[in-house]
Amino acid sequence: MTFSLNTILLILLGLLTAILAPLGISSKFQLDVLTLIFFTAYIGQSWNILGGYAGQFSFGGVMFFGTGAYTSSILLTSFGVPPIIGIFAAIFMGAFLGLIVGYLSFRSGLRGSYFALITLAFAELLRVLANSVEFTGGGVGLFLTYAPGLHNLQFNSPTGFYYFSLVLLVISLVIAMWLERSRFGAQLVAIRENEDAAEALGIDTLKCKIYAIMIMGGMGGAAGTFYAQKYLYIDPPISYSIALSVEMLLVTIVGGMGTVFGPLVGSFFLHIVNEFARHFIDTPGVSLIVYGFILILIISFLPNGLVGLFHRARKKKDDNDA
Amino acid sequence: MFSEVVSLLPAGIINGLMFGAIYALVALGLTLIYGVLHIINFAHGAMLMLAMYMAYFLFKILNIDPYVAILIVTPAGFVFGYTIYRWGIGKLSGGRDQNILLITLGLSIILENSALVFFTGDQQTISLSYSYEAFDLGFLYLSYPKVISFVASLVICLLLWMLMTLTDLGKAIRAVAKQREGARLVGIDVEHVFAVTFGIGVACLGAAGCMLLPIFYVDPYTGNIFVIVAFTIVVLGGMGSIVGALLGGFIIGITESVGGLILGESLGQVGISLIFILILIFRPTGIFGSKV
Repeated sequence: MTFSLNTILLILLGLLTAILAPLGISSKFQLDVLTLIFFTAYIGQSWNILGGYAGQFSFGGVMFFGTGAYTSSILLTSFGVPPIIGIFAAIFMGAFLGLIVGYLSFRSGLRGSYFALITLAFAELLRVLANSVEFTGGGVGLFLTYAPGLHNLQFNSPTGFYYFSLVLLVISLVIAMWLERSRFGAQLVAIRENEDAAEALGIDTLKCKIYAIMIMGGMGGAAGTFYAQKYLYIDPPISYSIALSVEMLLVTIVGGMGTVFGPLVGSFFLHIVNEFARHFIDTPGVSLIVYGFILILIISFLPNGLVGLFHRARKKKDDNDA
Repeated sequence: MFSEVVSLLPAGIINGLMFGAIYALVALGLTLIYGVLHIINFAHGAMLMLAMYMAYFLFKILNIDPYVAILIVTPAGFVFGYTIYRWGIGKLSGGRDQNILLITLGLSIILENSALVFFTGDQQTISLSYSYEAFDLGFLYLSYPKVISFVASLVICLLLWMLMTLTDLGKAIRAVAKQREGARLVGIDVEHVFAVTFGIGVACLGAAGCMLLPIFYVDPYTGNIFVIVAFTIVVLGGMGSIVGALLGGFIIGITESVGGLILGESLGQVGISLIFILILIFRPTGIFGSKV
């Protein structure tokens, strides 16, 4: 995809709006909701790189998030390393975990559902381990102290975290745009469409898939640090929650797999659905029931997600105009 | 420490066998569906949870013993499974295996959260008049419910095996599993057989749910505990193998129980995920890699 002038203008306009938004939004709650939307879009994008572009669905994407959260938090609590350095360690550990998981599972030829399930098993394994060993704080979890400051990646107003999430989001969008234009991205798409054919064309599919899962891992690692510094507490069920693994694939599939803006669109859409559902019936679980139906409907009828719907509408319009 | 563990070992193994039989039943449904339809039913755990709730309410409201409720919940499971495949999953899937995985994931989210909305998140347990009576084996007290569940699971596995090998329906299912186009050509209604197989798979869960209830608890997330376990058994035994599921169930049951004994309750669970990962990496066809 090459970007037309209109698209570029639209993106710049969106970015400007996002940067100026805190000036117009006085409610802390609304700013927090936006932060959450950006964060979910960011972590969805990490899933999108391996799942959307390379076609390798993971059900345990949360493992990178949790590992990153533990990495920077342990560095901070046990060794006094400030999170602004810790976040890079978290990115490194996430990518490293991606290397291990990717090497082990892709080398033995796991594809499709098998790959999805083995990532789930890895996430579960890490959750049980984090629960059992000493240095993670075990089942008690890790408490971080509140000391706002850039070096701690903590902020004394929601605006700070809003910009933090915006920076992460923009980085993830840039990575996805780069994928769309780069040789590496094209190789990933080739693997998604037909892995044997890609192999026959001389693409080192193993290496490409491992690079993709490492990018996903690094992005997930940074997300873990973000979460830990924002909420100041992590434990094994939070760090390796199946719910987050599901959420990252959900926003991406709903928005549009293998598209730059799919995860962001999906994240906005599902949060709006969530608010609506809560408005009518305020019982825990109701919005998730709706999510389940949306997932099934999108898979069955809109394989390219909401972004795909948008493209289809625009194409129809272009055809009519011509 | 070591001698202590050794002295506890027989008890651990027998306890593992008891749970293993129920695990096998859960895995049997999963492996049957995989072997014939070549799809992974991610909603398996959520369906097990529903079966347990059904048995729970039959006991609470109508005072029906869970072991008697098997006769009600198992057919109900079949009808549920048949319906949801014939007019749901089968229609929507469009053929890609990842799509089915995601559709059944969506289904499990719906079932779990519906249970949360209607039954609340509280853990429910039941106690039967004979819950605390036990056989005394000298080194171990074995409660009646565990023994009954063990025997009943084996009987159901045997019945299923007979169904698959001795009846015309079993023959048709095996034919569809081996060659679905060929089966269609000789006049087998393949879509019907798919739905029947899915129904039988869910029926296994109905029986397993009734047998789990007296010795476990149920809440909307109970199924999750058994999903990884069931997948592990299925890959261990070889996708689609009935005998494999049975043996795999016992192996996992014993591993969990003995592992818990040696490593402690929480670390014992590591064993299951670890076995799953190792088997997938080194021997994805499983140990008994024969098809149904």
